[in-house]
Amino acid sequence: MIASLINLNGQGHYLHWGFIQISVANLVLIGLMVVVFIAAILLPFPGHRRRDQ
Amino acid sequence: MTVQADVPSDTSAGLPEDAGQLSARLRNTALENFPPGRIMPDRQPAYVASWIYVFGVLTMSALSIVILTGIVLAIFGPSWWHVSSTGLFVNSLHLWSVEAFFFFMVIHLWGKFFMAAWRGKRRATWITGVVSFVVSVGAAFTGYLSQQNFDSQWIGTQAKDGINSTGAGAVFNVLNFGQMLMWHIVLLPLAIVAIVGVHVLLVRRRGVVPPFAAPAVVDTAAEASAAGTTATAAGTTATANEGVADSPGTPDTGATPEAETGAEPTTTPDTVTTGSAPDAAPPTAGGQR
Repeated sequence: MIASLINLNGQGHYLHWGFIQISVANLVLIGLMVVVFIAAILLPFPGHRRRDQ
Repeated sequence: MTVQADVPSDTSAGLPEDAGQLSARLRNTALENFPPGRIMPDRQPAYVASWIYVFGVLTMSALSIVILTGIVLAIFGPSWWHVSSTGLFVNSLHLWSVEAFFFFMVIHLWGKFFMAAWRGKRRATWITGVVSFVVSVGAAFTGYLSQQNFDSQWIGTQAKDGINSTGAGAVFNVLNFGQMLMWHIVLLPLAIVAIVGVHVLLVRRRGVVPPFAAPAVVDTAAEASAAGTTATAAGTTATANEGVADSPGTPDTGATPEAETGAEPTTTPDTVTTGSAPDAAPPTAGGQR
């Protein structure tokens, strides 16, 4: 089902900016890593206060 | 090795007359640097209770899946992973666990970089992490070359010029499938496992890097210790500030690996715990969770 939504066998899409060239897939992945990194810093860790009580 | 008929059944501590033997020296060195309580600690410092500290073990978990699926692929061979549905599934698992491996490792690297994780005699820990990252890139590269499809042909023909420009093409020929496969399934996995093993041992030895405010904590605790006013923690202190301890940028009051102490000096003066020498190992420190 997911494969029907996202065709991974098609031609890749690329972004060009001067000498910089990056695929959209890689750019999305980098953005996702940044989001997860920020979330890992900001989100509270579950059960952290339990021992204190 | 000395052979005796009256050697006691339990020789784990070693006999005094055998202290000069290679096995005894190795054992004693290992026990000094990596005592069991430090290798397999029951507790971690309170500041480890943050998501950013999770990505190291996530990386290792992904690596274990990479290795396990790689072993299965090696057992059955290309004709299996290219044709059968099960083989394709395991091949996909191998690919996507590599994707997860790098995803987690990059976030782990970012976190440690912004924490300056080489502090507190952790240079070797940082360096082994960087080396394992570089070697992993090489392992992934040779893996893409070993796919035996048009993608691997494209990557190989594109990469050969870059490799040749470095002069390494004479001994590392990316168009030599057999050589790339051997690098991918023998040499580089061995190197990664060895380097990651050393990396984890160093993490255990030096402890998880504390948040940035911890060095000040060390100073405070050392001064308190010198004045004879330290109190033992044993889980009874170092928790007053836990509500703000969920990010590495907001230091917890838990013990720091470097000093096994835990008082954020400017905000929580009531949380001084045990004071020991800076850069001591953390695992059994007070204020841990």
